[in-house]
Formats: sequence, C-alpha cells, structure tokens
Amino acid sequence: MSFQPVKFYQTGTYTVGNRLLGPDERSVQSGELRSNSINSGHRACQGCGEALGARYAIDAAMAESNNQLIAVNATGCLEVFSTPYPESSWQLPWIHSLFGNAAAVATGVAAALKVKGKTEVRVVAQGGDGGTTDIGFGCLSGMFERNDDVLYICYDNEAYMNTGVQRSSATPPTARTATTMPVGKEPGNVFGQGKNVPEIAMAHGIPYVATATVADLRDLEYKVRKAMKMHGARYIHIFVPCPLGWGSASHDTIKLARLAKETGTFPVFEAEHGEVTSVLKIRKKQPIEEYLKPQKRFAHLFGKHAHPEMVEHLQAIADRNIRKYGLLDEEKAHG
Amino acid sequence: MANKPFAITLKPGTSLANLTGSWRSARPVYLNRLPPCNNACPAGENIQGWLFHAESGDYEQAWRVLVRDNPLPAVMGRVCYHPCETSCNRGQLDEAVGINSVERFLGDEANKRGWKFDAPAAATGKKVLVVGAGPSGLSAAYHLARMGHQVEIQEAGPLAGGMMRFGIPKYRLPREVLDAEVQRILDLGVTLKLNTKVEHIEQSMKDGGFDAAFLAVGAHIGKRAMIPAGDAAHIVDAVSVLRSMEGEDKPMLGRKVVVYGGGNTAIDVARSVKRMGGEPIIVYRRTRDRAPAHDFEIEEALQEGVLIKWLSTIKQAEVGEITVEKMELDEKGFPQPTGEFEKLEADSVVLALGQDVDLSLLEGVSGLEIKDGTVQVAPNMMTGHDGIFAGGDMVPSERTVTVGVGHGKKAARNIDAWLRDITYAPEPKHEIATFDKLNPWYYSDADKTVRPMLDMIRRQTSFDEVQGGLDETNALFEARRCLSCGNCFECDNCYGVCPDNAVIKLGPGKGFEFNYDYCKGCGICEAECPCGSIKMVPEDI
Repeated sequence: MSFQPVKFYQTGTYTVGNRLLGPDERSVQSGELRSNSINSGHRACQGCGEALGARYAIDAAMAESNNQLIAVNATGCLEVFSTPYPESSWQLPWIHSLFGNAAAVATGVAAALKVKGKTEVRVVAQGGDGGTTDIGFGCLSGMFERNDDVLYICYDNEAYMNTGVQRSSATPPTARTATTMPVGKEPGNVFGQGKNVPEIAMAHGIPYVATATVADLRDLEYKVRKAMKMHGARYIHIFVPCPLGWGSASHDTIKLARLAKETGTFPVFEAEHGEVTSVLKIRKKQPIEEYLKPQKRFAHLFGKHAHPEMVEHLQAIADRNIRKYGLLDEEKAHG
Repeated sequence: MANKPFAITLKPGTSLANLTGSWRSARPVYLNRLPPCNNACPAGENIQGWLFHAESGDYEQAWRVLVRDNPLPAVMGRVCYHPCETSCNRGQLDEAVGINSVERFLGDEANKRGWKFDAPAAATGKKVLVVGAGPSGLSAAYHLARMGHQVEIQEAGPLAGGMMRFGIPKYRLPREVLDAEVQRILDLGVTLKLNTKVEHIEQSMKDGGFDAAFLAVGAHIGKRAMIPAGDAAHIVDAVSVLRSMEGEDKPMLGRKVVVYGGGNTAIDVARSVKRMGGEPIIVYRRTRDRAPAHDFEIEEALQEGVLIKWLSTIKQAEVGEITVEKMELDEKGFPQPTGEFEKLEADSVVLALGQDVDLSLLEGVSGLEIKDGTVQVAPNMMTGHDGIFAGGDMVPSERTVTVGVGHGKKAARNIDAWLRDITYAPEPKHEIATFDKLNPWYYSDADKTVRPMLDMIRRQTSFDEVQGGLDETNALFEARRCLSCGNCFECDNCYGVCPDNAVIKLGPGKGFEFNYDYCKGCGICEAECPCGSIKMVPEDI
C-alpha cells in the first residue's frame, strides 16, 4: 500500500471516517470543518464523480496548505457546472481563462506569488481529461519541463462530457462516444490510440506523479497532501466516473471507480522523479466484465451481437497493467 | 449597474442560491434495520446495540444494554447455542462474529468488577409469585423486579438455577458463575424460597396474597422407554444422573455405561461419565446428521473419547450386557429394524430420551389446557387461567436456557401490562438487514478469534471448564468485527461520498441529516453505506 493503512478498527482504512479513530487518524472528508471547497448548489449531474473528486482533492490541498490556495481551472464540466456566471460554488480564489492554458495560467500565478514574496500561498491547476490530455497538453508539458511550482490535477472521466460526450485521448478502446459510435466491425473507440498522461508526466522526471480514484479516499487524500508538501511540478490523475457519459446509474459512481482499480483497468500508483515508488494493491480481483457491464458505453460488447474478442482484449490490457505495476500480492497472483 | 466595471452586469453570487434538491426523484432516508442476530436471539437481546458499546471499550455500558434483556450474560456466554452467530451476516464474509464469546467476556467482567443492576422502578405495590428458579423463572423475576413489582420465587430444589445447575455439567458452566448471576438478581430485592414445592398454585397465590403468578417448573421427569430388561439390569434416567452429579454422592453407574438417545442431554451424560473414569457408549437410532444434539457437542464428545453407535436401538437389557439391533434409514429417513443384533457390555443404561413436565401443581385449576404434557399459553404467555402465566420447558417450545430466559422476559412484560390492566404491545419490528443490504467492501478482513480449549487429558478427567474465554484485547477485536447491520455506526461514508455536500454531520453520537435543499437523489450514499442504514424512497411527483 502506498500509505500507512489504519489498523483494524472494524472498517479500518476503507470508510471515510470512523467514530473509534483519534482526530489525527481521520480523513479530511470526515471532518465537520472540512472546507467544502466546491459547495452545494453546483449544477453537476446526479452522482457526478468529478464534483466529488474535486472536493476530495481541493479540500485535502486546502487542509495541507492551511487554506492558502489558489485554483486555476481549465474549461470543462468542472468549470461550467461550478461557475455559471455570476454564481460560483468555489470557496477559494479561483480563476478560469481558456480551455487549453490552465497549466500556463497556473505557472503565471505561481510566478506572480513568488515575485510578491507570498511563498505561503500555493497553486493548483485542474482540468478534465480533454483540457489536460488533448487541448492543454502543450502548456502542461511546458509546465512540467520548467518544473514550475504547481500541482496539476486531472479529473479523468474519459471523454468530453460537457460538450456532449466526444472522444478524447483518454477514452478507452471500444467505448461508445458521440464520435466513436458502436457501428461496423470494430464498434466504439479503436484499440491502439490515446495516451497515458501519468506515464508521460513521469517521463518529464518531475518530483511527483500519482494516480487515484474517487473510490479510495484515504489514498487520494494521502497523495494530495504529499504533493502539497513538495515543490516543483506535480501531477495527480484522478479517475472520476461520469454517469451521463458512461451510461451508468448515478449511484454506481464509486462502485465503478472501485471496479476500475480492482480489475486492473486503472492502475493506482505513485512515482517520484520518474520512478514508481508504490502501488495500491488489488484487494479482490474482478474480471473486466464486472466493470464493463454496468456501463451503456460498453453495451455493444455484450448481448445479441456480442464482441467477446474485444472484451478479451480489454482483459489483456488490464492484465498487462497488473503485471507491469505489480498490482496483485504474490500469493493472490498465484491463488 | 453604473458602478460596475466594464462588461460586468451582475454581482457575484453563490451557488447556494441554486436549490438542486428540486431535481430529485427519490430521496435518501436514514433508517434502522433489524440485525439478523437480534432477530434470531430467543432472549430478544439487542446484540448489535451492546456490541456497539463494546467496540469503543465501554464494557460496562455494553453490559448494561445487554442486561436490559437478559440478566445472565456470563451463563449465556457459556451455554447458549448462539443462533445469533448462525444468522450473523459476517458469516457470509469470512466468519460469524464471536457474539457468544464477547457476551461471556462482558458477563465475567461484570462478576469481576461487581457491577450491579440499575435500581428498580418505583414500587407498584403488586406481588407476583414465580414458581421455579430456573432460567425462565429467574428471568421473569428479574424483569418484574426492575419494573417495581414485589417478586417471590418458590423453588422446590435445594438451590437456584434449575437445569442450569442440575442439568448442565460443570465443565460447561462453572457453578460460581451461576451463583454470582443469581445473587445479582436476588440483590434487586427478589425473595427466594428454596425447598418450597408449590403443591397447588391457586392455594399458594391465595396464601401469599399474590396478584399474579409465573410458572416455570421446567421438565424434570426423564422419559422412560419400554426396554425388556432382566430384574437386576441397571437402568436409570439421564435427568437423575445429572442431578446427582451436583451432590456429594456421585451416581454409581459402573465402568461400561450405555447412554440411550441422541440429544444434548445424552452428550452431557456421556461426557460426564468419561470424566468420572467410565467408558460411555451412546446408542442412537438414527445418524449423526439427524441427531438433535448440536454437532459441535458431538464433535467435542468424540474428541474426548466418547463412543457413539449410530443407527442402533436397545432391544434387551440384562445384567452386564445389552442387545442392540442395527437400524437402517428408509427413503423417508425413518429408522427401520434390520434384524441384525449385537451384544454390548453394559454395567448400566442411562435413558436420555427427553423429559416430561411435572404438572401436579395445576390440578383443579380452571381454564387450563394441557396438550402433549405441556401447558398451552396464549401469545402473551398467559395460561387459560386469568393471572397465571407460564413459560420455559413446561410450555411448548424449544427447550434451551435462552428460550427460557426469553419466555421470562416476555411473560414479565405481559404480567406487568396485565397488572396495570393494559395490553402490552411490542413495537413493530424493523425490516431485517439482510446481507444484500450491506456494502461489505468497507469492512476490513479479520478472522474470528478462536477461544482456547482445555487440554484433552483434563477434559477427560476433570470437570474443569472446557472452553476458555477471551481477554480484553481479543474481546475488543471480536466486538469490532461486528458489521453493525442496519444501524448507523458513524463511519462518515454518507457524509464523505455525497457529491453535493448534502449530508450534515451532527457530531459524535448524533448521526447525520440530509439537506434536502441540495440533495439531487443520486443514491451514492445508499450504495456506499456499509451497514444498510440508508434507504432511497421515491418522491411524490
């Protein structure tokens, strides 16, 4: 495990809080005084994983920075649903400029703070997978390469949801989107395209890169807090299911994030200076079907005109992740 | 508008003005569901409720919640067959919570630390006679006393405890444990008259000026079976054997002892014989899986060297030997004779074929219905005679200590209502928190704590207690294995997982509240509640 698990207390590490734990052992989210950085009344869909992931991450960053935090936001769902002019849900200084320049704006904010001598004020930049892996990628890479003092957080829901579910470079193979329709011999998004931004970030050799999901709050908070203790360019990639774009039930958001990790489809790890330092192990390994079936974007893989070969291919990708990152304990791998 | 900067027409506002609760088609509500353990407990204990306190290490509070329903936790923790554990949801995850061992720990803790019951309610001035100081009578006396009634127990035997003393061997229930829990009940102001056999119930009630009576005389008469026997053949019944184990003179059964029957009493006798240096053989007409004895008791008996002849009946008993006939099960599972015979050495035969009730005290009482040797009672435990209630082994039911204790509680509540001239109406039961209502992902993996067992030589030669107890650390661990099925244990999950901050945390011990102004009804809180304490209810639209 990538962090110190809470020793057995009925539910141990897994729940948000626990009445039996001391205050220092509790998660930020369990606190009555958490900052609720993105407040009620935002217009995210029912069961939005991104709204949840953003609150988890920014609340943790607020706690670690003693509430001295400025957020820079790329265009995307998160920006649109939280801040329809003139309303805002944000409970911290927050700036939005363009779709593709969040990393560059954050660099500028960090530089301005440095000039003004406000070293205690920290900067996060955040965006969806579109604003991060596609449109903002050049600015992001520049921010990494210059090692600017910014924590960039990507909330990955695997497509452009805000504009009507178009494919991004984070969309998984076979998934249905508005631009990868389930028609023809190879329905949905194709195999062999897209990019793995956490690994590209690692290739920049920046101080810290991590992945997390909304299903493992303790792990997510640990990573954000650890990143906030460091300086230089840091990148956290958070997996956030999208009920609207994925065609999943609104109450399955956390379950799907959990299954993404437990199937090996989304490896959860952290890396320092380009080197993987720890992984979150799979607790109860599940076949890929468990993850795919509750999502309508994969519906064409099953049923009357099923594509078992594509399911197998997806399983192979998950298995490769498991091997590559060592996601299974030795005994579980053999058992 | 004139004072605003270029191109700005509206003041900045907060999203709190946007009441997203109007999007909702279903609303989450908190509820309590009935944990399967509570539902299965014959004594109606709030098991999840007392484990909740034990989990935080507050053993005294745990014990106090426990004894609201059952005054004998140290006894229960030893002799109860724990249907709670059989139904425990954790059994579907890894292993059932060791409820029985935690109960015993709490009972022993209470004895060690001298905890007393809360003082009784204000005196009501009513007098209740309890006949029989067994589990049912003691339980009724306890509950009636706490309700403020004046209680007198009249017991025919020389000591209190009933079958707990004269039926259950010491290696399962050390007598000092029983004595301590009986004494605590008497300390509530209950009068106990020993060696007082009630010959005629109406007369006894009249003599003592009692307003109501609870009968719990048990079933102490061993059933006989017609076995052709020579004049000198030594045939005794199991109840008298177990009873005489309590006295100075141990029963004279000889070396080879045949025990006839397949219930828990047969096992108790055989294991006791083993401890006295005898060589017990149990003869039972059916197979192990059809024996009424609990399998773990059969297993422990076999471990200790008790021999068991399955599918056998006794045809003839003579001095020094018996003849048994082999049986086979027919397609309906009934044993049928095969005509194959076998001789066994036997210095004595102990019949453990069940017990009958001594109903002589009820002679001449009007309105009673006796069926199959037991007294029929209404759902409120009252017999056909106004003001006379009955429970325990003398009424139709499963005959265990825990059922007896449950009868005592139920009868006490109904007697109390009857004395006040009202009807006791129990609160409607919550729906059961079945396993599918839980989200077991959240519970840490933790195997059941194994209780220590006495070493084999001492199990075969002494009446020392076979099963050991837990100490404080592992009792705490075991309590914390509880899943808290159907009842919020403040894990903060709902508060954490709501994407809309629509759950309000009210603080330690106060739980949570939904903020329906903003709750969009996504249902994540219900899906991610570990213990099934949230339910989605459709909105009227």
